[in-house]
Amino acid sequence: MSDGANGQILNVTDLHTYFPIKSRGLIPRTIGQVKAVDGIDLALASSETLGLVGESGSGKTTAARSILRLVEPTSGQIELDGQDITHLNSSAMVKVRRKAQMIFQDPYTALNPRHTVGGIIAAPFRVQKVEPPGGVRAAVMELMERVGLNPEHFNRYPNEFSGGQRQRIGIARAIALRPRLIVCDEPVSALDVSIQAQILNLLKDLQREFGIAYLFVAHDLSVVRQVSHRVAVMYLGHIVETASQEVIYAAPLHPYTHSLLSAIPIPDPAQQKKRNRILLQGDLPSPINPPSGCVFRTRCFQAQEKCAAEIPPLVELEPGHKVACHFPIAKPPESVVVSTTEEDEAVMAARRDSGPVDSGAMPH
Amino acid sequence: MIGVEEVEGRAQHSPERPFLSVENLAVQFKTEDGIVQAVDGVSFSLERGKTLAIVGESGSGKSVTAQAVMGLVKAMGGIVSGEIWLDGQELNGLSPAEVQALRGAEMAMIFQDPMSSLHPFYRIGDQIVEAIMAHRKVGKGAARKEALEMLKHVGIPAAERRIDAFPHQLSGGMRQRVMIAMALINSPQLLIADEPTTALDVTVQAQILELIRRLQGEFGTTVIMITHDLGVVADVADDVAVMYAARIVEQAPTSETYYHAQMPYTLGLLASIPRMDRGQQDRLDPIPGNPPSPIHLPPGCVFQPRCKYWEQVPESAGHCKTDRPELLASGAGHSVRCLLPTDARRQISQEVLQSLRGEG
Repeated sequence: MSDGANGQILNVTDLHTYFPIKSRGLIPRTIGQVKAVDGIDLALASSETLGLVGESGSGKTTAARSILRLVEPTSGQIELDGQDITHLNSSAMVKVRRKAQMIFQDPYTALNPRHTVGGIIAAPFRVQKVEPPGGVRAAVMELMERVGLNPEHFNRYPNEFSGGQRQRIGIARAIALRPRLIVCDEPVSALDVSIQAQILNLLKDLQREFGIAYLFVAHDLSVVRQVSHRVAVMYLGHIVETASQEVIYAAPLHPYTHSLLSAIPIPDPAQQKKRNRILLQGDLPSPINPPSGCVFRTRCFQAQEKCAAEIPPLVELEPGHKVACHFPIAKPPESVVVSTTEEDEAVMAARRDSGPVDSGAMPH
Repeated sequence: MIGVEEVEGRAQHSPERPFLSVENLAVQFKTEDGIVQAVDGVSFSLERGKTLAIVGESGSGKSVTAQAVMGLVKAMGGIVSGEIWLDGQELNGLSPAEVQALRGAEMAMIFQDPMSSLHPFYRIGDQIVEAIMAHRKVGKGAARKEALEMLKHVGIPAAERRIDAFPHQLSGGMRQRVMIAMALINSPQLLIADEPTTALDVTVQAQILELIRRLQGEFGTTVIMITHDLGVVADVADDVAVMYAARIVEQAPTSETYYHAQMPYTLGLLASIPRMDRGQQDRLDPIPGNPPSPIHLPPGCVFQPRCKYWEQVPESAGHCKTDRPELLASGAGHSVRCLLPTDARRQISQEVLQSLRGEG
């Protein structure tokens, strides 16, 4: 379904977003670049959810914002519903935003505290000069009802709502004009688990009803699994692996994906004790000065000389399953796996011997 | 107070008292909108070297409980009642100076945000040295040597260089390690960790949990882990206390909590979380509604407005809308705050947990 050219909503090719680093002083010069997004491709069909996962600093949020041109991409091409929007000016972009909306992480800062809920949800109609049949007020109340808010609260202010309800307000605003695409940036990570489940269900229902495509950016792999059809794993500005949800979670091939999945604690004590884990050393390297060759090589258990010399291309190893790795692996070798039941002595000894990897997180 | 549970025999200084014993703890805050009962009748005990996880959503009172044990609530204007026994000593009756002497030496706390413990203007080494010298008569040179050892011990790479770094020069995971080093430098008997890994990425979270586990094994530290993440709980805890609206609603050994939870709220939490270890579910089964306002708590069971099962409570057992249930024993080491009869709870538990497993 992802390859169907007809249902295609979003097509991103070779997207780069760099942020310049300026020197201090009277005449600032550009002395470096943060390579937040360093050449990614994405495609998304209607009624499809693509989960974009990665740790903080992986570039997933910058990628999401660049796609909606909230951040200006440095190069690449973004095609939305068949139209190239990469270089549209801001007035042309206003029209585009009818088709593509965004839901934000923090329901407390994404809503203007001085506007009523009714006003906030009506904003898209106002901005786009759309007069819905039956009038704006009726349309807003219908939207409120649809996302599980009480329409009688039309005149209340955001501070009168809980976090989960505010996220519903944000969702109502996003779906007001029936967009084809919604970019969801960590939409549930600020919410309590019981509320998180409500919002995830709502997003799924809306997708079914309106055929919306979601680009779902999140760091929580359990949440991403729950909503996604396909998943792309980002690391330091690159997509390192992408496949269907089933394949990513059951049969990953990239060492980073293995490590990431093994690090998530499972809410089942017996299983958790039996599990094998890969403890990655150190932190994410700096995107100002990424490692040569493969960006993951400094923390990778598979790394060899080739990894420092050549950038691994993202190649399709199985239909629909792309991996950017010189040495993809179906099962991590025993030597890197830590069993929780074995006590940690061996691990620590190994860690001391190998010497910790300096992550470069400290500026020099 | 209604709903405050009874504490069995207030024996003074019984030698049988476990290492940490919190008895009938209550915390109130006066606010403009009225009195907030942040913690209401919380009791638990913990043996030396064990880990208790306190689980709950925001506003459930889990952090305030921990801060009360640390003696931090009074300074925030809270009114604390009840007893906190640590290693045979009652803490709530002590003067602020006496509690301060214990804090950092006998008991220490780590937070979600390391910058709440680390001073941004001072080098991390100096901060740890200060923590040592505040509690022990050690020379500066010896203290610095000890600080360096501890930084290496918690896995700070290039510790010799980083000991003179400022907090902002370190990554989030590194800062968390420094905070843990500082908390453990005086070998406290009790470590309270308040969401220690919530702000961290999963790969770093795994490192930090591993570190806490290892240090606990080495030093025999007793740990209270406060978290909302049921995955983390399954990973580290011996016992679990589930808090909702200022009180403990269920308490049990960890495996009992996951496989035989009885309180509808706990079951609701377990059903709400998307699971990595099971296939994609079509829909999750969330708890309906929102947590109650701490100022206007429901008069009966605090969970009743969101409970799916309250109508199944027989007349003879009481009324969920008007009667506050007590936390009562229901099996070995297992206590539950719910008016449903035990058999009915067990039945519901089995059905819910089985259907969760069946989804895979």
